[in-house]
Amino acid sequence: MSTLNSIVSILFDGLAYAMFLFIVSVGLSVTMGLMGFVNLAHGAFAMAGGYLVLTLTGSMGLPFPLALVVTFVTVGAVSVPFERILYARLYKAGELDQVLLTIGLAFMAVATYTYFYGPSPRTIRLPDYLMGQIDGGIRSFPVYRVFVIAIGAALITVLWYVFERTNIGAKIRAAVDNRRMAQSIGIDVDRLFTLTFAVGSGLAALGGGLGIQLFGLNPSFALVYLVFFLLVVAVGGLGSFKGTLAAAIILGVCDTFGKYKFADAGGFIIYAVAVLILLAKPAGLYGRE
Amino acid sequence: MAGNSSELPAAGMPGKSGQAAAMRARAVAYLANRQRFRLIEGLPWALAIAAYFAFPDRMTFGSQILLMVLFALSLDLILGYAGIVTLGHAAFFGIGAYTVGLMASRLGWNEPISGLFAAAAVAGFAGVASGALLLRYRGLTLLVLTMATTIMLQEFGNLYHDLTGGYDGIPGLEFAPLFGRFDYDLYGHTIYLYALGVLFVMFMAVRRIVHSPFGAALAGIRENVARMHAIGSPVHGRLLTAYAISAAIAGVAGALFTETNAVVTLGVFDFDTYSAAVLVMLILGGAGRLYGAFAGAVIYMVLQDYLAKLSPSFWQFGVGLLLVLTVLFARNGLIDLFDRFIALLKRTARR
Repeated sequence: MSTLNSIVSILFDGLAYAMFLFIVSVGLSVTMGLMGFVNLAHGAFAMAGGYLVLTLTGSMGLPFPLALVVTFVTVGAVSVPFERILYARLYKAGELDQVLLTIGLAFMAVATYTYFYGPSPRTIRLPDYLMGQIDGGIRSFPVYRVFVIAIGAALITVLWYVFERTNIGAKIRAAVDNRRMAQSIGIDVDRLFTLTFAVGSGLAALGGGLGIQLFGLNPSFALVYLVFFLLVVAVGGLGSFKGTLAAAIILGVCDTFGKYKFADAGGFIIYAVAVLILLAKPAGLYGRE
Repeated sequence: MAGNSSELPAAGMPGKSGQAAAMRARAVAYLANRQRFRLIEGLPWALAIAAYFAFPDRMTFGSQILLMVLFALSLDLILGYAGIVTLGHAAFFGIGAYTVGLMASRLGWNEPISGLFAAAAVAGFAGVASGALLLRYRGLTLLVLTMATTIMLQEFGNLYHDLTGGYDGIPGLEFAPLFGRFDYDLYGHTIYLYALGVLFVMFMAVRRIVHSPFGAALAGIRENVARMHAIGSPVHGRLLTAYAISAAIAGVAGALFTETNAVVTLGVFDFDTYSAAVLVMLILGGAGRLYGAFAGAVIYMVLQDYLAKLSPSFWQFGVGLLLVLTVLFARNGLIDLFDRFIALLKRTARR
């Protein structure tokens, strides 16, 4: 029974972590797939979302779910001028320029948030209905993680529908496959990029808000978790919805497994798994060679 | 990153043998000309020596600047010349630092100069091993792999914290006097001259490498890898060689770090303080031009020294802003900006 119990907790907690990784990374994957733009400031949008949720629920007194929605919209909207003014200038530049610009932005974001919120980790006060445990038969599950998984599942459904069943999703897939061909048949890839960038940044912010309770929040979040987001995108394959989801689940569960089973060496496993997958499939699980 | 490739002699069709010989002579003359020392190259070294007399009480800090110059130089070889974008160069810096640290603390081997050779060997070997695997990849995959392997090294060090001292590090290392004669003073005078000497030797070695036909081949790979394949250049081998040399030099820089600070912690593998910082230094000074590493590291370290004292987050914001501005407005670094400014002055003076 205890083996089953530990398998269930690894899968459950791993899945909650995977949903967090997916929500934050999916936008990064699609924008990288569209423009090949290496965006190392993506973690900064997630961090910004975390702090916005903190402020909204704290001093503004907004209910947590509403704060998540407001954060999604606000950060998504704020990301547009960044994209138009800064990112757009470097679409045709090499990856080094993109790396440097976005590291610069990430540093500025970390410094700004350290200045205003201080360097120490912050926690959030959740509403009562998200605290506590749900009885799940063989064991009980924390309500909050169930909530994260539910939001993740809902977003996966919505995004899948948009991606696979709508006109705009078809345009995005076409542009990821072959940008020049898509442009030549009249798809406005620049506008498409702005749109996915805004939605992706908003989702990252939403993920950042959801992550506070799971990991705590401090300004170095923008750089520390960036590695995981990049791993998910690279392992999944650029621009692949399915790949991002698969990679998030594999890495989330493996990381949880490592941390639960090997206290000291646990941090190792997520990197080892990711590196092995990438060595075998350089373009990622569902990437195009 | 437009290097010297535009100065290459125009290649015609190899017609008669006389014509080929003439072209060969022109190519040799071009390579020899690149090697020639210019007077201006003495300037940074003169300044480094002047600093020794001007700031006698800041020599420990001075030696930190010099070893960061060396670290940035090692990155220049692969980033500026060969065009390999890596986010994990601190791996080799850290390996070098720990080679010396572990030798001194666990094996009792504390002779500094042989320590540098050991660090170069271990880091160079790590460069060959990781390069053989990683250099086949490009783009995001390479960025992520270099970043992930560096973090894995850090985690590995943390796992064996009995050996490495974890994030507290191995403190209180002691090193034997230099050449068995010159002991270390409190103000770091010996250390400074030692670091300067090591930097000079390594700098001249890198200078020789980038101006050699091998260096020209690296620039070719950076500018147009498909064409280098087409003319039969062993691209992977060339990149691997450059990567190993760069790793060895970064290892020496790391070894100097341990020897000058008498302590080493797992912080040497940090992304923002080393892997990213060295990238910033190089870009600030100008990649693909030897003295860019020099200028960038000095400016970065001095600014950091002033601004971080005021407020660490102020400094970090400044670095970020500097990077953004450099990418947008001074893509080839400050030395290039300076060159263009001088050229502008000359043009105005002529009028």
